[in-house]
Amino acid sequence: MTSKDDVLSVSVWRQTDDETGTFQQFDVPRQESQTVLDIVSYIQQNLDSTLTYRFACRVGMCGSCAMMVNGEPRWTCRTHVQKAAVDGKLQIAPLRNLPVIKDLVTDMDPFFDKWTKAEGVHHPSATRHDAIVPVDTTTAQRTIANEGIECINCAICYAACDTVSGNGDYLGPAALQRAWTLVNDERDGGHETVLDAVSQNDGCHNCHSMGSCTHYCPNELNPMKAIAGLKRETAKSWLKW
Amino acid sequence: MKKPARTHRLWLAYMLHRLSGIGLVLFLPIHFWLLSLALTDRAAMADALQFTAHPLVKIAEYGLVFLLAVHLFGGVRLLVLEWARPVSNRWTDVHKTLAAFAVALAFAVSTLFFLRAL
Repeated sequence: MTSKDDVLSVSVWRQTDDETGTFQQFDVPRQESQTVLDIVSYIQQNLDSTLTYRFACRVGMCGSCAMMVNGEPRWTCRTHVQKAAVDGKLQIAPLRNLPVIKDLVTDMDPFFDKWTKAEGVHHPSATRHDAIVPVDTTTAQRTIANEGIECINCAICYAACDTVSGNGDYLGPAALQRAWTLVNDERDGGHETVLDAVSQNDGCHNCHSMGSCTHYCPNELNPMKAIAGLKRETAKSWLKW
Repeated sequence: MKKPARTHRLWLAYMLHRLSGIGLVLFLPIHFWLLSLALTDRAAMADALQFTAHPLVKIAEYGLVFLLAVHLFGGVRLLVLEWARPVSNRWTDVHKTLAAFAVALAFAVSTLFFLRAL
């Protein structure tokens, strides 16, 4: 016989067609140190094998398992049920601000397309025939670049951002933070190209500094600070300062 | 679907800045209209100014001065956020503190105004 404390009431988003869906209720046995991803996996393996979700590493490295948990974007593999559940209840939904493919799986294409649009790609400054130039890790500029390199592309910041909700074309915190990292990377040869890309209509100047990206980033990165940096550098570049 | 929680300080500061901005936009036309009476109809202006002696209007003015001050200090906060080169390792904490200071200063200024108006 299980008591109320041994069972977690979980409502999971199920896509019924391309446009909409509904929450389905499941009762999942509680276990010690259980993560939200464990809950989703339990449902898929024991209660309803048609539930679709995405994960890979289970240790917070790959950035593929982010979902909305009780209304907040979280990496489900590193989120303990104990911390996320409210009154013994969990609501699990696909990431906000992205199209849903099925159930808990979102289409990440718009998210990654924006990385490219923000010129978040390497712009070579040397060829393979040149000698490798050592990077001095102690310079102020390298320190700034290092602040953003632990991004795992989980799109939690993108889901948290109300500016993305309001303007679907806005590049969003992750792509802009990548751009800022490149602007501060001495090995990148496209600083001007990046600044041009991020100062377009849907670029960094859309940011309202709400700070939800920074608030929710599971790796404790600071996209808001990166975007402020881009605003400063693009404005200075425009003013020819 | 539930919206994400927005109870963190910088989001609240963002919302306060927007709402105070809207409040000021709604108030300014009335303010300028009243000022224009000085040129067009002095008697009407004197009547309108008498209206400001009413206690409820004084309380409303308290609110208006708060909106103005919080929008001003909040605007300075945003200028610092966007233009000052970060020096602190605890940048977010600094900006949370600045947001709190903006509200505190606005409260102090508007309360001072209210006490003088009484």
